[in-house]
Amino acid sequence: MWKRFRYHIAIFFAVIGPGFITAMVDNDAGGILTYSQAGAKYGYLPLWTLLPITLLLIVTQEMCSRMGAVTGKGLSDLIREEFGLRTTFIVMAVLVLANLTNMIADFAGIAGSLEIFNIPRWVSVPLGAAIVWLLVVKGTYASVEKIFLFACLVYIAYIVSAILVKPDWKEAAIYSVRPVLMLQGAYIYMLIGMVGTSIAPWMQFYLQAAVVEKGVTAKEYKESRIEVIVGCIAMSVIAFFIIVACAGTIYEVAPRDLQVPADAAAGLKPFGPYAYLLFAAGLFNASLFAACILPLSTAYSVCEGLGFESGVNHRFREAPIFYWLFTGLIVVGGGVVMWPRFPLVKMILFSQVINGVLLPVVLIFMTLLINKKKLMHEWTNSRFYNFISWAAVALMIGLTMALVALSIQDMMRGTS
Amino acid sequence: MADERLFFTELLGLKVFDLKGRTLGVVKDAAIVPLLDPVRVDRYLIGSGAAWLTVRHDQVRSISLDGIHLRDEILTPYHSDEYMLRVVRDLMDQQIIDAQGRKVVRVTDVTFEIKPENGGEILWVLDVDIGLRAIFRRLVQGMLPRRWIRRLQVGIPPHSIRWEFCNILEPDPQRRLRLNISNRLLEDMHPADLADIVETLTPEHREAIFENIDSEVAADALSEVDPDIQASILESLETEKAADIVEEMAPDQAADVLAELEQETSEEILEEMEHEPKKEVRELLEFKEDSAGGMMNTEYIALTENATVADAIQVLKTNEALMETLNTLFLVDAEERLTGAVPLARLFLHDGATPLRSLAVETLIDAPVTEQQDRITELFDKYNLLALPVVDEDRKLTGVITADDIISVLREK
Repeated sequence: MWKRFRYHIAIFFAVIGPGFITAMVDNDAGGILTYSQAGAKYGYLPLWTLLPITLLLIVTQEMCSRMGAVTGKGLSDLIREEFGLRTTFIVMAVLVLANLTNMIADFAGIAGSLEIFNIPRWVSVPLGAAIVWLLVVKGTYASVEKIFLFACLVYIAYIVSAILVKPDWKEAAIYSVRPVLMLQGAYIYMLIGMVGTSIAPWMQFYLQAAVVEKGVTAKEYKESRIEVIVGCIAMSVIAFFIIVACAGTIYEVAPRDLQVPADAAAGLKPFGPYAYLLFAAGLFNASLFAACILPLSTAYSVCEGLGFESGVNHRFREAPIFYWLFTGLIVVGGGVVMWPRFPLVKMILFSQVINGVLLPVVLIFMTLLINKKKLMHEWTNSRFYNFISWAAVALMIGLTMALVALSIQDMMRGTS
Repeated sequence: MADERLFFTELLGLKVFDLKGRTLGVVKDAAIVPLLDPVRVDRYLIGSGAAWLTVRHDQVRSISLDGIHLRDEILTPYHSDEYMLRVVRDLMDQQIIDAQGRKVVRVTDVTFEIKPENGGEILWVLDVDIGLRAIFRRLVQGMLPRRWIRRLQVGIPPHSIRWEFCNILEPDPQRRLRLNISNRLLEDMHPADLADIVETLTPEHREAIFENIDSEVAADALSEVDPDIQASILESLETEKAADIVEEMAPDQAADVLAELEQETSEEILEEMEHEPKKEVRELLEFKEDSAGGMMNTEYIALTENATVADAIQVLKTNEALMETLNTLFLVDAEERLTGAVPLARLFLHDGATPLRSLAVETLIDAPVTEQQDRITELFDKYNLLALPVVDEDRKLTGVITADDIISVLREK
C-alpha cells in the first residue's frame, strides 16, 4: 500500500516542472478569493471568461518559455538589452508594485485562513513572514516546495464539492461559452481581476527565469511546452470548479459579496464541518507558497534587469539591494495586513485588479521582444499568437479605461 | 580643466560645433576601434537630420560639457563598420565579465578621461560604470542639465570597473576577431571562478568562451561546472575542440562528463581523442556512476614493493603535473596487486635508501570497483582518508578515489 502510494507520488512529481509550479502558484490567495467572489456574486455568468483566459494564459506562458529556451536569458535581461535602462526601470517599478499588492493579498490569505481557527493576525502574519524569510534565505525552500505542491491536491476538494452541490450543469455549460458583457463598474472590475489573477505580470518573469535556470534549450523546448500547457489547463479547471462550487452554494442561496475570507469556505459546504478546515488548509498553503516565490522572483528580476548582484548564495553585504528588496516586500506586504481593520477580501480582490491593469505593460514588451528576428531566429511569434497578445493588450487597456470612465461617471453623479 | 572626466551619458547628445561655432549636430554614439587602439575613442557619430556623420578623433579641438569643437570640418557620412565597437550598440546595457571582481556585470555607463593629444583633445576609456550612481545618471540623462546631474550624484556611492579588467562577450567569432576581443583575462582566472561565471552566462556565450580559450584552462574550468551545463557545453562545441578539452581533463572527470552526453556524441568525441587518454576514459566509462569504479580516477603513482625513497622521488619528478593533488603513493607486487600505501609526507623524514615498504601505513584500506558510493563515503569518514585505492577482483590496483571526489558527492546530496 505504502509502496503504491510512493509510486504515485513519484509519477506526480515526474510531470512537475516550471510550467506546472507557475500554474499552481497562480492559484494563490488572490486566485481563490477572486474566483470565489465571482461565483458568489454572479453565479455561472463569469464562466465564459475562462476559455479566453485559458487561451491567453497558454499563449503568454508559451511565449515566455520559448523566449527563455531560445535566448537563454530572463525577461528582465532581454528588456534591458533591447530597450535600455529607463524602460527597464519603469517595467521593474510596475512589477514591484504589482507584486507588492500580491504579497499583501497573500499575507491577507494567511491571516484570513488562520483567523478561521481564531488565531489573530498579529500572531499569524509576523509568523508567516518569518517562515517565508527563513525558508528562502536559509535555502531550505527547495525541499519544502514539494510539500507545497503536494498540498495543492486540496483543490480537488473543490471538484468534489462542485459535483456534490448538484449545480445546474446545463446552465454552467451554456454560460461557459456564452459571453455576457455588462457596462457596469462592478462587473468590469471583476473581469479585470479575473484576468489579473490568472495571468499575472510576475508569472512571465518567473516562468522564463525558471526555464533558463533549468537549462532548457531550443531543441528540448517542445517537451516544456506540453508541460506549460498542461499547467495552464489544470489552473483553469480548478478555477472553473471554484466558481461552480461557489455559484452552487452561495449564489443559489443569495448572491452576495464575500465579506471575510471565511465566507468563501461556504464553497466547500458539502464537506460539512470539514469545509472550514479544508478551505483554511488550501488557502494557507496557497498563500504561503506564493509568498515564498513572489518576493524572491521579484528581487531576482529587478536585480538582473538593473544589474545588481542577486541570489541567496550571496551574503547580505555582497547583494544588499537584492536582500532589501526581498525583505522589503515581505515586511511591507505583511505590515499592511497587520492593521486591524484592514479589509482582507476587498484588498485581495483589489490587488488582482491592479495586476490586471498592469498586465498590458509587460505583455507589450513581451510581444515586441519575441518578434525580434535577431533574438528569436525562426522561433518568432506566429500571426495567431501576435493577434491574441495584441488583442489582449487592447482589451485590457479598454477594460481599464471603461472602469475609470464608469468610476468617474459615478463620482459625478454622486456630487451633482 | 576642471572636468577631466566625461561620462558617456554626458557625451550623448552633446552639441558638435564647426570652426565658426555653428552647430553641426549632436553626438549619437561613439566608437572604439580596438585593432587600432583599445582605449581611445576613435570616432564620434554625429546625427544631423536623418544622416549620421563620422568625426575622427584627430578632428576634435576640445571636448567639454558645453560641447565638442572641431578643428577640421571635412566629415564623412557614417557607414556601418565591422571593426567598430560602438558604445550604445555594443556596450551599453550588455553583459561583460569583470575579470578582477570575477563576476558578470551589466554596463550602465562608461567613464572617459579627456586627454590632450597633438593640440586637440581625445577621450580615453577609463571605467565601465555599474551600480546605483550610474543608474541615476541614466535615468535623469537629458532631463536635467549635465552639471546638475554631476552635483546631484555625489551622494550616491559609485561602482566602476577598470576598463582593462573588462572582458567583452561576443558570440560571433568573425566579429570577435575584427574587434580584437581576446579571452586572455579569462585564462588568467582561477578555473573555479571561471566556471562560476560560465554558469551564469547564456549557452551561446558559454560556447564562445570555450571555443576560444586554451584547452587546458577550458578543461580545468569545465571540471568545475555543473554537470548539466558541462554536457550542454560539450555538445555545442566542434567535436575536435571538445575532444581537445576532454583529453586535458582528469580521466575520471572526463568519464563523468562523457557519461552525461548522448551515446552518439560521446562516441564521436572519444574517436577524436588521442589513444592513451581515450583508453583510460573508455575503461572508466564501463563502471556504474555511483560505484567505486565510477568515482575513481586513474591518475595515481604506484611503485614496486622493493622501491626506495630515492626511487619514489625520481618517479615524482617525472610526474610533476600530478603533484598538486597527490598525497599518497601506492605499492604493488609483481602482478600489480596492491600491497601498501605510503603517505607522501613520510618521504621527507627518511633518507634515500629507506625501502618504501617500511613507510607504508599499518592498516591498508581499499575498496573493490563495485563498492557502493555510500559505503565509500563511510570509509573516508571512518578512517579519515585522503585517498582510497580501488582494486579489481584480482586485487589489482585500478584507480584511486580522493577526498575532493567525496566532497563533490556529498555536496550534490
